[in-house]
Amino acid sequence: MSVKGSPLAPATETTPVATSSSAGPELVQLLTPEGERVSHPDYDIDLSDEDYRGFYRDLVLVRRIDVEATALQRQGELGIWAALLGQEAAQVGSGRALRPQDFAFPTYREHGVAWCRGVDPLRLLGLFRGVDNGGWDPQATRFQLYTIVIGSQTLHATGYAMGITKDGAVGDAETGEATIAYFGDGASSQGDVNEAFVWASVYNAPIVFFCQNNQWGISTPTANQTRIPLYQRARGFGFPGVRVDGNDVLATYAVTRKALDDARTGQGPTLVEAFTYRMGAHTTSDDPTRYRLATELEAWKLKDPLERMKAFLYKQQIVGAAFFEGVEHDADELAARIRKGCLEMPDPDPLSMFDSVYAEQTPLLGQQRESFGTYLSGFEGAHA
Amino acid sequence: MAQLTMAKALNEGLRKTMEDDPKVVLMGEDIGKLGGVFRVTDGLQKDFGEDRVFDTPLAESGIIGTAIGLAIRGYRPVCEIQFDGFVFPAYDQIVSQLAKMHARSKGLLKMPVVVRIPFGGGIGAVEHHSESPEAYFAHTAGLKVVACSNPVDAYFMIQQAVQSDDPIIFFEPKRRYWEKAEVDTSMTPDPLWSARVVRPGTDATLLAYGPMVKTCLDAATAAEEDGRSLEVLDLRSMSPLDYPTVFESVRRTKRLIVVHEAPSFVGLGTEVAARVSEELYYEMEAPVLRVTGFDTPYPPSRIEEEYLPDLDRVLHAVDRSLGY
Repeated sequence: MSVKGSPLAPATETTPVATSSSAGPELVQLLTPEGERVSHPDYDIDLSDEDYRGFYRDLVLVRRIDVEATALQRQGELGIWAALLGQEAAQVGSGRALRPQDFAFPTYREHGVAWCRGVDPLRLLGLFRGVDNGGWDPQATRFQLYTIVIGSQTLHATGYAMGITKDGAVGDAETGEATIAYFGDGASSQGDVNEAFVWASVYNAPIVFFCQNNQWGISTPTANQTRIPLYQRARGFGFPGVRVDGNDVLATYAVTRKALDDARTGQGPTLVEAFTYRMGAHTTSDDPTRYRLATELEAWKLKDPLERMKAFLYKQQIVGAAFFEGVEHDADELAARIRKGCLEMPDPDPLSMFDSVYAEQTPLLGQQRESFGTYLSGFEGAHA
Repeated sequence: MAQLTMAKALNEGLRKTMEDDPKVVLMGEDIGKLGGVFRVTDGLQKDFGEDRVFDTPLAESGIIGTAIGLAIRGYRPVCEIQFDGFVFPAYDQIVSQLAKMHARSKGLLKMPVVVRIPFGGGIGAVEHHSESPEAYFAHTAGLKVVACSNPVDAYFMIQQAVQSDDPIIFFEPKRRYWEKAEVDTSMTPDPLWSARVVRPGTDATLLAYGPMVKTCLDAATAAEEDGRSLEVLDLRSMSPLDYPTVFESVRRTKRLIVVHEAPSFVGLGTEVAARVSEELYYEMEAPVLRVTGFDTPYPPSRIEEEYLPDLDRVLHAVDRSLGY
């Protein structure tokens, strides 16, 4: 794979800065915002009608999870929610590109990837409701728990990938293993992310660095994080970078699949920059009207990842009205299940905070637990 | 039985644990061909290969962060941080990730990671090479913190640490690396989390760990000439802390002096003093005293001997304790 676009230029006044309005000619796209299927010399893929239907269904269901969770937060059922609105294609495309043996290391916004890994959305809500720190099994789902400190997980993913190499599990195009590390444009400034690039490069680790450039780190635009397009950073670290239309689920899938296959066959890391847009707030605590113009959001609405896939399905006459009705029905059922499950989610036992601090409990912590339990049980109606 | 320096005892212990478990890997800066700046890993890369003993890029956060990923993959990484003062670039990964991963995952992700840190002063080094940062880690839930003080403990404790499924900060007193002792590798070691009376006595207890154990033993020998019988307790593990052994000693001597190189303010001595006061309030003959480094940055080496607790400062504290 080669780095697309113009040769890397030094950061001067004339260097183009990534902005939300221009992705540049290097953008890999297989589906235009109008729903036209286009070809690409490096990333063309054959997909069946069933694949197309599956992508659309994923996009709709993932957005519905997000909408329902946002509503639950507004009604006081979640402490906070980090919406993925607008980033569905980047997450579904990359998530579906993963093979069962691959391991994903998410941030706290990868609800769409979680969906692709078979993580029950209720487990995600558990974290944002405050009943646990994510209740899914990272080994069984091969989807690590959400990491909240920005960028930390890129090093964990790199170390895991080094372990794959040590196990001799790279090389085979079918059974080889790879990792994918998710992060954002803001995280690209973190030391840990840059260290992960160095390590992955030096050890030729089987990893894909998947950067969702959603243009905003809370209120800070990408221009405050970088003077060059983020995908071009890879070149300085010694591995390829590619910028893909993150609102194009087909292109994101194709680019990520190729990067993962390169990794699993021993060709080392790739940086994928999925050029997308955070259509909602950073979290439910944020107010984007304080720092960005409504016209920017309107421009990105024309690139909506769901609408272009829907237009494509219509134009190609791949599906009929019954299909869309069926997906909507599934989404309604999913939303109802999430709502019911969230409301029924029990608070944890206060004493559970002492559990699992260590693999081998310490005597002092055991005493503290016992003492607090005795204290709690002294209250009338105490349940501890 | 063999005469080993503490550095060699650590080396032998690491070798044994690598022979016993193929999942043990060593990683750090300059630990391969060079064998580490203190030669603790000398020869291990040659014998176990570059896959299991590898030089890392010069980035401490990267060392710990990738060790976490290796642990998720099923490895048991032993990380070397070159000097105490260089651990702070890795502090975020240690405190926010390594320490919390087991609890975050409700026990599904074990973190059998050992972070070896040469610590303490007394070697005439430049800034950042003589610090005692143990309290930062002992304060962090999810970590365990130990320090060896002699070659025998070094040999066994490093193996026990690697075998533990919890993340352990393993402090090595760098100025004691070259001190020798007979190491009987066939003996049964004490549990890793246990404190140990290394010199029995009746008049007061000196509690220390790492480099200060020898200082306290020297002080006890000197005090004997004045007819004073001092007990020396090697804490060995700072977290968890073996309070039963501490209480047992202080119940007998009724006086306790905690000695460490780290600054006194909110240090290990503070925690021990609070706990002992609570448990043995009516049995003590004197308040718990502390002999420590000062609440300053570690000073330039030409005056470090003034900063470090020494035999005279320990005995001065013994006088104060016995004077109550």
